[in-house]
Amino acid sequence: MEAYRPPTERTRFAVAGARANVAAVLGSQPRGDVIRNNVFAGLLGLAVLIALAGLAALLAQAVVEGAPALGTNLITEPPSTIDTANAGFRPALIGSLMMIAFVIVLIVPLGVGAAIYLEEYADNTRWWNRLIELNIQNLAAVPSIIYGILGLGFIVRGPLDLGFILLAGAITLALLVLPVVIIASREAIRAVPPSIREGSLALGATRWQTTRRQVLPAAIPGVATGVILAVSRAIGETAPLLLVGATVFVTFDPTPLGANGYSALPVQIFQYATRPQEEFQTMAAAGIVLMLVVLLAMNSGAIWLRNRYEQKW
Amino acid sequence: MTQEHPSIAIAAQARGHHAPPMSREKVFEIEDLSVHYGDKPAVKNIGMDILHKNITALIGPSGCGKSTLIRCLNRMNDLIPSARVDGRLLYHGEDLYGPNVDPIQVRKLIGMVFQKPNPFPKSIYDNIAFGPRIVGMAGDMDEIVEGALRRAAIWDEVKDRLNDNAFGMSGGQQQRLCIARCIAVEPDVILMDEPCSALDPISTGKIEDLMTELKEDYSIVIVTHNMQQAARVSDMTAFLIVELTADERERWGEIVEYDETEKIFTNPSDQRTEDYVTGKVG
Ligand SMILES: Nc1ncnc2c1ncn2[C@@H]1O[C@H](COP(=O)(O)OP(=O)(O)OP(=O)(O)O)[C@@H](O)[C@H]1O
Ligand SMILES: [Mg+2]
Repeated sequence: MEAYRPPTERTRFAVAGARANVAAVLGSQPRGDVIRNNVFAGLLGLAVLIALAGLAALLAQAVVEGAPALGTNLITEPPSTIDTANAGFRPALIGSLMMIAFVIVLIVPLGVGAAIYLEEYADNTRWWNRLIELNIQNLAAVPSIIYGILGLGFIVRGPLDLGFILLAGAITLALLVLPVVIIASREAIRAVPPSIREGSLALGATRWQTTRRQVLPAAIPGVATGVILAVSRAIGETAPLLLVGATVFVTFDPTPLGANGYSALPVQIFQYATRPQEEFQTMAAAGIVLMLVVLLAMNSGAIWLRNRYEQKW
Repeated sequence: MTQEHPSIAIAAQARGHHAPPMSREKVFEIEDLSVHYGDKPAVKNIGMDILHKNITALIGPSGCGKSTLIRCLNRMNDLIPSARVDGRLLYHGEDLYGPNVDPIQVRKLIGMVFQKPNPFPKSIYDNIAFGPRIVGMAGDMDEIVEGALRRAAIWDEVKDRLNDNAFGMSGGQQQRLCIARCIAVEPDVILMDEPCSALDPISTGKIEDLMTELKEDYSIVIVTHNMQQAARVSDMTAFLIVELTADERERWGEIVEYDETEKIFTNPSDQRTEDYVTGKVG
């Protein structure tokens, strides 16, 4: 071992110089930067605040206005124009839940299938695949009323000719949210690292085995979240449903194929809200609260799923 | 016969083996092989015979095409649309790129371990069982899994947590799990592309010991940037280098020298090999 040698004058100078230098660099943030930093953070905070305030105001107003009508009758009783004190949303709620079930049954295989094709099989140097991709992105931005017209022309009448039944409404909503599901599923599939696919293929797995056993299971949380968010959107849609038959004031429980009409929560709320009398306004507000509860339940489900199964790569 | 160069960094006694290659049976015969990505060459004029039940090391500077070459051996390059392989590559005398050869079947016989450990996001047990299941291996799955983990010298570390997610293991354990996963399907050849580059010296040592054990039954081809590692574990070594056209428009990898590891590291015939293995360049 070498003996200890006290630092020379030169070393001490050099060290002191370096220290002073470092201190100067670390200690002096330019004033302009400080101001810009704070202003920007403030603006971002404001944006969040405005968004939250809007939501809070809506909730508060709905709860306050609907308070007299909040009760179990909301989910157990059919709507009524005579006995408004005991009226509810039962057929509309059942209609909405049934449609959700059908929408899920339709969009999961179609959306995930399309996403698998685009991510795992399609050669995206080909123009037709790029065209499909571009179209899906555009479709996600098409106004929902257009889907209503499509549903009316192709599902209620036209080639499918189903008539004004609940299933026709469900198919229309499924088409409406399909692009969202495809995009979310693609994201989830793309998030699975290529090294996982390589590992599987290197073991002699086929492409389908790799997709089916490795990629899809790893993508499930993302896919499920996308599906629930898409369904949340579907549940709130009114415009397309008005075109495909959900306009009637339904007082009995709907069936998927029943030709006597069906309703959905937002449509029923719309029905009440268009009437001028006070008690109907109250019912509309109570309906909004009911719908928000359903939506919140579904979104909590999405968050729970994501946290439960999320894969950290 | 082995004349010691004073400049060689690795002392002969530090190397794990001194015996000549154990077997002379050829597992791969490569003749005039070249690979292009698009119209750019990656490797050219590759000719070498890889011996059965031996460890063959590929060394050379970055970008000389070691990964490209090793990925030809189990047709992983088929997965890159722009890659094109020309020349002859025989596997036990059969043309690996012949018209009737199914790359899926090839990969069942010729497994691969990658640079970055890539366990599946599943339990340790399912990581191992995946391969045997898709290959449709007969026998008790528990025994297959235990056997593979034992052979990969990781059984004792994981036997109590087979149902835990493989992502909870250390990097070195993950890499040995990947090796176990590879040998679970009982391949004939194991290809390893820089299997230890993400690992600490102790894990690296474990994997090197493992390789020496595995070569009793398997042919192993390993790409490594670690000269000591190549010298320690391999029987044969190929040194590749990047060649340039005069105008430097094109660059590709070529084999400079391929010989017994002993010879490459103690008495190379090419000056460039000597410079590289002694650390003068690269
Ligand atoms: N998928 C690809 N597409 C196009 N070119 C590629 C591709 N993969 C590799 N190359 C090119 O081929 C050449 C050889 O690459 P390769 O990865 O085989 O080198 P390597 O010897 O493994 O290098 P390293 O030691 O850095 O891993 C490089 O010039 C690289 O840019
Ligand atoms: Mg490489």
